[in-house]
Amino acid sequence: MQKTVRILNEEGFHARPAGVFVKKASEFSSAIEVQANGTTKNGKSIMALMSLGLAKDAEITITAKGADEAAAVDALVDLVNRKFQA
Amino acid sequence: MTTLSGKSASSGIVVGRVLVLQTAPLVIKRDTVKDTAVEIRRFQNALASAKQAIRLVREHALRTLGEDKAAIFEAHIMLLEDPELIEEVEASIRNDKLNASAALQDVSRKFIGIFEAMDNEYMRERAADVRDVSDRVLRTLAGIAIPDLSTIQDEVVIVAHDLSPSETATMNPKKIVGILTNAGGKTSHTAIVARTLEIPAVLGLKRITNDCVTGDWVAFDGETGQVIVSPDDATRKQFLDRRAKYLRDKVELQALIGKPNETADGRVAQLVGNIGSPQDLGVLKKYDATGVGLYRTEFLFMEHSKMPTEEEQFVAYKTVLEALGPKPCTIRTLDIGGDKPVPYMNIPKEDNPFLGYRAIRYCLDHPEIFRTQLRALLRASAFGSLRIMFPMISSLEELLAAKEHVAAVRAELEAAKITVAPHVPVGVMIEIPSAALISDILAQNCEFLSIGTNDLIQYTVAVDRLNESVQSLYDPYHPGVLRLIQMVIEKGHEHGAKVSMCGEMGGSALHLPLLLGMGLDEFSMAPTSILRARSQLRSWTMPEAREIVKQVAKCSRSAEIEAVLIEACDRKKTERSP
Repeated sequence: MQKTVRILNEEGFHARPAGVFVKKASEFSSAIEVQANGTTKNGKSIMALMSLGLAKDAEITITAKGADEAAAVDALVDLVNRKFQA
Repeated sequence: MTTLSGKSASSGIVVGRVLVLQTAPLVIKRDTVKDTAVEIRRFQNALASAKQAIRLVREHALRTLGEDKAAIFEAHIMLLEDPELIEEVEASIRNDKLNASAALQDVSRKFIGIFEAMDNEYMRERAADVRDVSDRVLRTLAGIAIPDLSTIQDEVVIVAHDLSPSETATMNPKKIVGILTNAGGKTSHTAIVARTLEIPAVLGLKRITNDCVTGDWVAFDGETGQVIVSPDDATRKQFLDRRAKYLRDKVELQALIGKPNETADGRVAQLVGNIGSPQDLGVLKKYDATGVGLYRTEFLFMEHSKMPTEEEQFVAYKTVLEALGPKPCTIRTLDIGGDKPVPYMNIPKEDNPFLGYRAIRYCLDHPEIFRTQLRALLRASAFGSLRIMFPMISSLEELLAAKEHVAAVRAELEAAKITVAPHVPVGVMIEIPSAALISDILAQNCEFLSIGTNDLIQYTVAVDRLNESVQSLYDPYHPGVLRLIQMVIEKGHEHGAKVSMCGEMGGSALHLPLLLGMGLDEFSMAPTSILRARSQLRSWTMPEAREIVKQVAKCSRSAEIEAVLIEACDRKKTERSP
């Protein structure tokens, strides 16, 4: 299961948004990956996500593999679209 | 006795005993381990105990510093739970048979390097967080005790190379009476926490950890940055006297919080603050500012590596306006160029930047930049009491052109059904002599004038205030400057405009009675000066202030004017405390 979204919030995918993303991702048992700029990072790692240094308008692909993969991808895409408002 | 000088970070006078925080240097040995399973368990146990310790720090910070500043420790806990970090360290122990400390150091260094290389101040600070957290785990692994500043029993002055966020968060201001560090500056994390806790601090002393040992006496002034190690008896006594006076003044000024800004005979004058970002809201509140007379928006542009977007600007302006509520907030449109370059704007170097392409001149030439700012401002106007001020106006034409942009942006927003405050007063800064001379004309075309004395003085006496060889000619007592100011106030009032002053003179204790006598409506200054100004304002009556204006008008030299003002203020002081 995978979907591509665009980062909409002004601050980009930095510390606070990455923290919110990781918290949400950790609620699911599926393995979660985030792809951007040709690299793939662990979606449950705040450091890995921050190290992508993504700014507003960057595109990311969220992939989940596991029992709750559909719910996980939907929840995370929704989170990005809501500009990481938990 | 040794005298040192550092960066003032938090004001106050201290005489106390030193406690040098010995962060024993962390030497990480690289070893090969035989039993990797045991080493991995050692790493996991260290993580768990570090996490536990950070939770305690967080609770302490919640109580003493508030939710805002405690949030950072939640992020620290997340770093310790990071699967990427844990897996990489464990893989390195398992596969390379590396000891846990070396493995952790490698991995955290990698992330620190990534964050430090980022083109973003905020992310570079995250490197400090990773370092703080990994240091804690490394110390736990090495069995080195981590100093717990919350358990200090005697009153001490903490001396350290630098303090980490988790160290500053556990400080007890009752026991820690001062902070001196080698590293850091006015805006560093330690400085911010020291000011919040009102612990006097001098930072950036370079070698203070070498210059004193635990148990030494030290005397210092957090306002001037002067530090004296092992003061002799006379110096100690002098600092203790200064400390007593400082504390007396502080109590006296505290008593003025909530008191109205009015003269002894009831004439109201606004005492408001100059700010540069939403971060200054705390200090505005602390010193009971009744509004903002100058919000310098250029810092928002200077601290970014690219143009801040409309949204970023909107958020900053809205934050300030919302926090101030009904209190008026004067926001100055972009004032760059001259002494305030912005790299990404590519303003060419000029021989005479102060007479060059800057502020409103640049903005009127770059409507896309100017209108973006005006859109952000007008959108934010719905959340408070906004006044917009244009810098470097030299003619009526410029004011009218700027106002046309405001009207056009308002029409755009209203057409898009975006809420804008029904009335946003617009005013000009009077900082060019030509503007001062046509202040009657300008006042008929806007609602307020604000005298920017720093530039008005330099343009009037033709002195580049950054050029040291002519600096002595830069003269805030020059009769020509004072006449211009008096004229602006009178002409402004004749045509129904309020007149304010920002710039150094607005916060000058000596000038206050003179400006008051001239009829100035609003004094805008560094927020820390407001209570002192209030104490002064409340001691004068208008007839007394007008008398000073008359005396000054008779003087033909600056030195005479300065003497008149000093004499008047001294007389007032003795009257008040006979």
